[in-house]
Amino acid sequence: MEELISGLTKNNMSTIVEDTLYQQLVSTFQELETVQEPADLTERRRQAFERFQQEGFPTVKHEEWKYTNLHPLTNTAYVLNADVNVDDIDVSKADIPGLDAHRIVLVNGQYVLAFSSLEDEIGLTVKPIEEAHAEEGFQKHYAAYADKSDNILVQLNTALQTSGLYIHVAPNKAVSKPLHIIHVATGDQPFFAQTRNLIVAEHHAEVEIVESFITLDAAAKNLNNKVSEIVLAEGAKVQHYYIQVADAASNYLQHTEVYQEQYSLYNNYNCNLPGASFVRNNINVRLDAENVESHLYGINLTSDKQFVDNHTIVDHLKPHCESYEWYKNIPQDESTAVFNGKIFVREDAQKTNAFQQNNNMLIGDKASVYTKPQLEIFADDVKCSHGCTMGQFDDEALFYLRSRGIGEESARVLLVHAFAFDVTTRFSNEAVRAYVEGLIAEGLEK
Amino acid sequence: MLNIKNLQASVEDKEILKGLNLEVKAGEVHAIMGPNGAGKSTLGNVLAGRDSYEVTGGEALLDGVDLLDLSPEDRAREGLFLAFQYPVEIPGVSNINFLKTAVNDIREYKGLPPMEAKEFLQMVKEKQKLVEFSANLANRSLNEGFSGGEKKRNEIFQLAMLNPKLAILDETDSGLDIDALRIVANGVNQLRSKDNAFVVITHYQRLLDYIVPDFVHVLYNGRIVKTGPKELALELEEKGYDWLKEYDTQTA
Repeated sequence: MEELISGLTKNNMSTIVEDTLYQQLVSTFQELETVQEPADLTERRRQAFERFQQEGFPTVKHEEWKYTNLHPLTNTAYVLNADVNVDDIDVSKADIPGLDAHRIVLVNGQYVLAFSSLEDEIGLTVKPIEEAHAEEGFQKHYAAYADKSDNILVQLNTALQTSGLYIHVAPNKAVSKPLHIIHVATGDQPFFAQTRNLIVAEHHAEVEIVESFITLDAAAKNLNNKVSEIVLAEGAKVQHYYIQVADAASNYLQHTEVYQEQYSLYNNYNCNLPGASFVRNNINVRLDAENVESHLYGINLTSDKQFVDNHTIVDHLKPHCESYEWYKNIPQDESTAVFNGKIFVREDAQKTNAFQQNNNMLIGDKASVYTKPQLEIFADDVKCSHGCTMGQFDDEALFYLRSRGIGEESARVLLVHAFAFDVTTRFSNEAVRAYVEGLIAEGLEK
Repeated sequence: MLNIKNLQASVEDKEILKGLNLEVKAGEVHAIMGPNGAGKSTLGNVLAGRDSYEVTGGEALLDGVDLLDLSPEDRAREGLFLAFQYPVEIPGVSNINFLKTAVNDIREYKGLPPMEAKEFLQMVKEKQKLVEFSANLANRSLNEGFSGGEKKRNEIFQLAMLNPKLAILDETDSGLDIDALRIVANGVNQLRSKDNAFVVITHYQRLLDYIVPDFVHVLYNGRIVKTGPKELALELEEKGYDWLKEYDTQTA
């Protein structure tokens, strides 16, 4: 793998003259083909890149990217796989008060052991994904799920990812503390990074994962194309938080593909706060066995000219499963929130319970929301509901609070907390909940 | 304490209050009665600062401070309290958290440090009893799913917690059965002191059997047209408001 990285670095020096990311990627891939790695991986990269090359970056003509224009992000050159100076990395921006966790730090996508604090825990394996080829979990699951989705950016990641995490939790193992994964963006030249994570929770394993995204001060513009595959074997439980608190220099394309076996439970809490200029999440959950439960919660408070797009798919493939999805958007200023939630209930998936709700509270005349709840049902004995609301501050409620002596600003914070309550109250971790509520209050203050 | 002079206010360009005068001294309870549309609720809302009402003239001084110049929160911090006719339900805001914020915002305005958690909870416990409010209700989301009676009791509970100089009860008796009415009135009576004052807006004499006023004012067509002792309420109950039409034309 070292050879691969040095190959990429060398290549980057020769391709910096390319003027678009696409051209850069094509040149990079051509050089990559000479790099040594297990033949099956090389073949996988080749096939993935072929698909990416055929389709290219998605444009707004593509239904799934209608409101999400990547052109301004891809029509420019980046440094690919730049060396990172890890001497003065300060990850305190990701601190969550009161959270006792194993800390794992990735800088521009590279796992940096020096900043991580991961005491040995029997039954828990955490290693850079580039060193995980020999792991059984890797061989069985790597690129087995996300690559089946039609998100072309997954192909790009599979073709050219250079780093990331492999996390494995052994059967019946309940990890003692949450894993706090901190994604740091830093560097003085514009860079493009691709992280690839594979998380495998074996049967009846339990783990809580909190992923924070931060940008160090004075970082150059950066674009991150991250793919995570999460596998839950029978009876496994995964609590998974995304806490997006990066700065305006950072832009994220993130694909999360969850594959669940019977009696497993997956909860995703997707929190986006003021900061990152651009965030696109694809979160797909495949309920591919009976008695699976999945919950997707989202809380998105945006400001300035931020753009946050969450696309989710909940795919009910087998009977007797339950899914529950609730997304709340609070765009302020000139920011934009997009929600696209698809629920599929396949022919076999009788006795499905599927719930989806998206509520929006627009603050400011220039804030926008695009929402599209979709439900496609092919089975006949199911309980499904979906709904969507648009609103603004409730003036009556605001007056009521103010008439009790509560200042207008505090009253607004209380009302936004109240709006977010349906989601924040579901958080399984109290410290994270208090932290996110604090971030919401901060994000509203002007 | 409260001194309202020639107060004029309109809603959507329709003039509702047409030069209202009222003086309330510390320790007093004033009842304001009158037919629908006379401007009773407008008076409460204008004083509390609801922005759909436009004040077109006059002044309303609370201990010398003109309330009409202040934001709704500053009016409350100066010691005004409006018990709403229709208290708002706010799911997701806990009653306790709401009260703690209100108590501490008012204290901050007065230059006092936030109240200690223990002291606050002690006060909650004590004031709950005034309106026979259970801990369960106090801990729920603000008014969410409360019955009409529970909402009104919650208004009085808030009143007790915030301890204002002047409280306006806007048709607090509407929608109450006789037991709830007794609880609410009993709470108010226990809160009466020589240092505070109440303005009780009501349609019916019934409430005044429980909260006995020092003065009864009749509000008609945007003005107070008659003031009398508590017996005036009985007279109104008996005669209705129709006879006031004549009165209004005479004085106009």
